[in-house]
Amino acid sequence: MTRRARLPLAAWLATIATAAAVVAGARYTADLSAFLPRSPSATQQLLVDQLRDGALGRVVLIAIEGESAPARAALSRALATALRSDARFSYVANGAADGTEREREVLFEHRYLLSQQVNPERFAPPGLRAALADTLDLVASSAGALAQSVLARDPTGELHALLETQLSGAARPAYAGGVWSSRDGERALLVAHTAAAGADTDAQESAHAAVRAAFAAAAANSPVPQARLRMTGAGVFAVESRAQIKDEALRVSMLGILLIGALLLAAYRSFVALALGLLPVLTGALVGVAAVAAGFGVVHGITLGFGATLIGESVDYAIYLFVQTGNAAADADRRGAWIRDFWPTIRLGVLTSILGFASMLLSGFPGLSQLGMYSVCGLVAAALFTRYVLPGFLPAGFGVHDLTPLGTRLERAVALAGRGRWLVPALALAAAVTLLAQRESPWAQDLSALSTVRTEDQLYDGKLRADLGAADARYLVVTSGSDAEAALGAAERAAQALRPLVAAGVISGFDSPARYLPSVATQRARAASLPGPGELRARLRQALHGMPLRAQRLEEFVADVARARSGPGLQRADLEGTAMGVALDGLLLRRTGDWQALLPLRAPTSGPGALHIDAARVRDALAGSGALFLDLKAEANALYTGYLGEAIVLCAAGLVAVLVLLLFVLRSALRVWRVAAPLGAAVLVCAAVLAVAGQTFTLLHLVGFLLVVAIGSNYALFFDRSADRGAPAPVVLASLALANATTVIGFGVLASSSVPVLRAIGSTVALGTLLALLFAALQAGRRANGR
Amino acid sequence: MARRTDCLLLAALLAWPLGAAAAEPWTLERLMQGLAHTRAARASFVEKKTVRILEQPLVASGELSFTAPDRLEKRTLRPRPELLLLQGDTLTLERAGQTTRLDLRSHPEVAAFTESIRGTLAGDRQALERNYLLSLQGSEASWVLTLIPADAAMRALVERVRIAGRHADLSVIEIQQANGDSSLMSVQRLPAP
Repeated sequence: MTRRARLPLAAWLATIATAAAVVAGARYTADLSAFLPRSPSATQQLLVDQLRDGALGRVVLIAIEGESAPARAALSRALATALRSDARFSYVANGAADGTEREREVLFEHRYLLSQQVNPERFAPPGLRAALADTLDLVASSAGALAQSVLARDPTGELHALLETQLSGAARPAYAGGVWSSRDGERALLVAHTAAAGADTDAQESAHAAVRAAFAAAAANSPVPQARLRMTGAGVFAVESRAQIKDEALRVSMLGILLIGALLLAAYRSFVALALGLLPVLTGALVGVAAVAAGFGVVHGITLGFGATLIGESVDYAIYLFVQTGNAAADADRRGAWIRDFWPTIRLGVLTSILGFASMLLSGFPGLSQLGMYSVCGLVAAALFTRYVLPGFLPAGFGVHDLTPLGTRLERAVALAGRGRWLVPALALAAAVTLLAQRESPWAQDLSALSTVRTEDQLYDGKLRADLGAADARYLVVTSGSDAEAALGAAERAAQALRPLVAAGVISGFDSPARYLPSVATQRARAASLPGPGELRARLRQALHGMPLRAQRLEEFVADVARARSGPGLQRADLEGTAMGVALDGLLLRRTGDWQALLPLRAPTSGPGALHIDAARVRDALAGSGALFLDLKAEANALYTGYLGEAIVLCAAGLVAVLVLLLFVLRSALRVWRVAAPLGAAVLVCAAVLAVAGQTFTLLHLVGFLLVVAIGSNYALFFDRSADRGAPAPVVLASLALANATTVIGFGVLASSSVPVLRAIGSTVALGTLLALLFAALQAGRRANGR
Repeated sequence: MARRTDCLLLAALLAWPLGAAAAEPWTLERLMQGLAHTRAARASFVEKKTVRILEQPLVASGELSFTAPDRLEKRTLRPRPELLLLQGDTLTLERAGQTTRLDLRSHPEVAAFTESIRGTLAGDRQALERNYLLSLQGSEASWVLTLIPADAAMRALVERVRIAGRHADLSVIEIQQANGDSSLMSVQRLPAP
């Protein structure tokens, strides 16, 4: 190795070592913060918080199918018992009546602080009289057993009011065999809340494994081999999606690597060349991840997943070096000639790619800007490595199989292609017309376009939710405060504003953490509306006049009221281990710096506005209260379409920058046209084909188009470089064909994936780059023929 | 031989009136058979609940109707209208504009309680003996069936249920709670509509 070669080698080694250290020490995250804008609005922050930590993400819906109803009920009980003793779950319910005892005790003990009916009027003689008369009617009725048993202590019927109206849910699940069942009676149902947040995919996976193990153990102890377990919920989907993407990404990359390796081996006929050819990619990937880690502090899973795909272009660099130097890349003279003749073209190609990807750096979508950073740094590193370091690695006499014969055949094909040169403008025009004729915008407006969850699974989830009456928590009112008290007080004020909407049918109802834990101020106000023992006795005597009940018999009531007046009040800790406590934990959240109360709204179930909430009316009602109304689905879609719109603008700006760069370097509008026209035509035709095939475009398609331009620009530049001679030299044509074949194989395999995001980018790039090469050749053929 | 035949004949003759009585004694079996014979019935009721701390019983009244094998409807008209419907394993209560549904399989104590009345109306001895110790007093024209909960937990709530009747008609259902409260429901059969 010469001294000249040693300096770049040392620099490379230093870079690799530094990058490896940064990569090893970097923080990686798979949570949804990748989707949070850099400077989020209050609603956007709320949206991501909800998706990440919200109660919704912690819910696992469990169904037991097959066998008979009694067998399913037995399994449901065994499963619930097992999971209740598992620390990975904070709450497990299957409808069996046990466990409600403590709930009732807490309710009864704190009834005067919890009941919304408690106010000074209710405890004045006329109010007391009305309440007592109601309770006696209740005792006389068939529903009066509970009221009768606590009559002496609760003659105003607060427990009944709490159980029947204030705390009762919207819909109650059906029962079979004493446990919750689907309406059709085909499956037993359970609800579990994981202790870990929904976004903690590892913890979710572990919790789901616990459910499976507990079910297997329960099934093993009962003679029911046919019973099946099925789980659904946001966390379940997250785990399944991750596994699916991981499996698919692994499967398609292995297949891609195998196919590309075989192709390159067939072309090079050298294992050394194959191995060395991968070094630019590896260098680029390492530097790319390190750059993201250094620049952003944290690396998103999405960046790792797609980064390597984006710098797939760097495989081409080694191909150009090996093939374009004929079979003598190790020969210093031949390499010198290559650097002189071809390197400027490759360098310009790299620069256009960098400009294109740099536009992504400016995106407000952190996932996208990280991908931009990764690609820019990765490509620079790969190109520099190929130019300055890789040649030093080539052993003496290194050479790949001579592809000149293939190139010569390609040269003849390009010359013939001149007859079809009219195809480029014709196809581009047809594509433009096709795209314009699309009735709807080809861009997906809905975040679910990126979802990997199968429709069938979504329907199943919806069915279980309907059967359980579980909220899908799409609509939320959110209040916040510096402490729990302030957040709860704000929730109570928001509830005041929401009640008229229930009466007007705008919403069918709502939940609030203050139902389970009223603010201290409200508890005090309720306690203050209770009269002292002497006063209460006097009022009771007055109120009970003419009724079959004497005040003297209500001493227990007087004592309970006195306790409620002077007691310590209801604390969060009192609700520990009850369903109310679980509900409270999901609705009252402590965040860094403040507390948040969530009030999920239920949409009307019937009438003209069924299943939909009029956001404007809710916002009007809440105006001035400081409470925010959030339609999670609409917000998520708005966030996504905002990103998409921004990305489209940025890409357009990136393309303009590329054109300016080309104009600056090539110094000829005609040459810029020769480079840009086949690329533009390729993107247009590719988009039209995908649109006709029924794909709606997502962010991933946009990234794919950018990649088509980045990779295709190299092809077009090579054709432009030799435009004066008609077509590029045979070895150059062969190298382009080989480079394109590897790209089409790599992305074609991705296009066969069942994961929508992988399929989107795969189909776009495979088709787009193939078209870019064909169109560049067709255009060159016109020149070759025209001479 | 003849003598022997005479003896048998004599015995048979002597036994005749006794035998007739012994063949049709007033037993639980016969009561249940008679009750099971009724496929549908309507009755008016007046229910008096005696609650320890109240000076007077609370009175409710309305209509009962039963359709074999398992549909029992209690429609209260006074003091407030309400409808209690027991069908199969589901108990439905409509009161003050609210409907509450209860699956009896998940509330065994309620199930046992409601079964004491429905089981009697249906003449379903098996259903009754699942939860109660039964004893019958009186005659066909005036009988009293006493049900004592077999389960101690249930006995902590309901001490006993006493159902009085004539032939296949119920006249009184009395429920004695363990805490001293009780309810007395007088039933008057109505002609089939």
